[in-house]
Amino acid sequence: MKEYTYSEKKDTRSGFGAGLLELGRQNPDVVGLCADLTGSMVMTHFKKEFPDRFFQVGIAEANMMGIAAGLATGGKIPFTGTFANFSTGRVYDQIRQSIAYSEKNVKICASHAGITLGEDGATHQMLEDIGMMRMLPGMTVIVPCDHNQTRAATLAIADHHGPVYLRFGRPKVPNFTNPDEKFQIGKAIVLNEGSDVSIFATGHMVWEALEAGKELFAKGITAEIINVHTIKPLDETAVIHSVQKTACVVTAEEHQVYGGLGDTIAQVLARKHPAPMELVAVNDRFGESGKPAELMKKYGLTASDIVTAANKVLSRKKSNGK
Amino acid sequence: MTDISQLSKTASQVRRDIVRMVYGAQSGHPGGPLGAADLLTALYFKVMKHNADNFSMEGSGEDLFFLSNGHLSAGWYSVLARSGYFDVKELATFRKIDSRLQGHPATEEGLPGVRVASGSLGQGLSVANGAALSKKLNNDPRLVYCLMGDGELQEGQVWEAAMFAAGRQIDNLIGIIDYNGQQIDGPVNEIMPLGDLKAKWLAFGWQVLEMNGNIMAEVIETLAKAQSLCGQKQPVMILMHSEMGYGVDYMMGTHEWHGKPPNEELFDRAMAQLAETLGDY
Repeated sequence: MKEYTYSEKKDTRSGFGAGLLELGRQNPDVVGLCADLTGSMVMTHFKKEFPDRFFQVGIAEANMMGIAAGLATGGKIPFTGTFANFSTGRVYDQIRQSIAYSEKNVKICASHAGITLGEDGATHQMLEDIGMMRMLPGMTVIVPCDHNQTRAATLAIADHHGPVYLRFGRPKVPNFTNPDEKFQIGKAIVLNEGSDVSIFATGHMVWEALEAGKELFAKGITAEIINVHTIKPLDETAVIHSVQKTACVVTAEEHQVYGGLGDTIAQVLARKHPAPMELVAVNDRFGESGKPAELMKKYGLTASDIVTAANKVLSRKKSNGK
Repeated sequence: MTDISQLSKTASQVRRDIVRMVYGAQSGHPGGPLGAADLLTALYFKVMKHNADNFSMEGSGEDLFFLSNGHLSAGWYSVLARSGYFDVKELATFRKIDSRLQGHPATEEGLPGVRVASGSLGQGLSVANGAALSKKLNNDPRLVYCLMGDGELQEGQVWEAAMFAAGRQIDNLIGIIDYNGQQIDGPVNEIMPLGDLKAKWLAFGWQVLEMNGNIMAEVIETLAKAQSLCGQKQPVMILMHSEMGYGVDYMMGTHEWHGKPPNEELFDRAMAQLAETLGDY
């Protein structure tokens, strides 16, 4: 089992900000739009260096999505920035018609996703966005796990022609991935190989999955930990390849149990390789105010919840006689 | 004057196309495009610089048109075909299976002339804002036009876009409101009154012109005036007073023909009122 370490905790949103600034220097067609959250989105550096290519639209997210579609029509590569709830639920129809159905090259970049937004409470804790976005034909959905990977993903989506939803967050989390690793859209990453249980995780839950892997290893269980940073298109080959070996599955995500990573993987496995499966996710409820760590615990999104889920699927696999 | 009379003849054919398309599909929206047929003809046959033979999504060096009220699709498809974007025969496929001429405009099948899908109302002016910004970034001096319905102004997003265009001094944008006073459920001022529309746009920081959208000479003159007002750090809005169903007697003066096709008898009656000037498809 490979041990992952980190020198500091960093927020994923600042990875986005760093990536966007680099893109601005590399590609004159990249433009930024923000709906009154420039600082929170860490778009400040881009705005400062490229004032002519940054558009403050005010608190008008629907208009922002339309403007982005228009800029893309003119050959620009617009990156829109606001929180995940204002990036999706508030503007679903604008994204659906003017961006997705119209096949516009718009990058919808969403921070403060999930419950780790914390104290602001459920109004702002978007937990349905992966589901909404992945239902749109042609939409690519990416949820990087740490600062370095968010930066790399931001660079990668500029080279991909088509609409993309990039989801990241507010809290500082372990920054453990290699800063030089190129981001490959649609290619899941095996962080640890194992033969007893497959654990597929996305976003902030990838670190929790690694922690769970350590706990399981201490009890003699080898877990295969896979970072599924791209929910759509899903790396089906990687999913099936792992489950053929382990024959039981846990998914982990900071999202509702409906519509997210677990749902996506369950669909593939139900059709192609059924196996005992548990979903670690928010169980059909809204969040609440609190500190991120407290919320992760209360809503069942910790390493120990992943361990519990793994033990369940392992015992079902055993009783199936496999 | 010959220019105006030729444009009016073209508009007559566009109106025939609209009624024939909606009749052929036995579904669609005839009233709106009949009222806006003169404007659409003026834009595509006189006012806009555009390249029908070699359509590009970016439209560099061209004027761009966005139809925000996508249910006017029959009229738009007609002027696109008649001005050379695609074969007029394709108009017969309107709203039918496997057609590029979707009920509401779409880009998915690559219909030349269409740059964004529309139909869900209120989004076009935002897109036009973005396209106009893009032209500025590219140092492209051409203009962006956007047609909206008056009922469509009930959508809040229109006013977000209005605020943005004025606030960001988007002065290469000409908006046009089809002010026919009718929407699906009835007269606009009964469904949800728009109040003093001119005062509203002025208050939002736009330059505002008004015209009768069913008098070709006035349409041409007003569009020329609108062009002359561009480049002055303000967007331009034209309130286009029009008659829904214009050109077909029984469709005028009512909201009844917003979204339904005529039967055979009424179709024949409409055809008798609209001269075939360019040859039916």
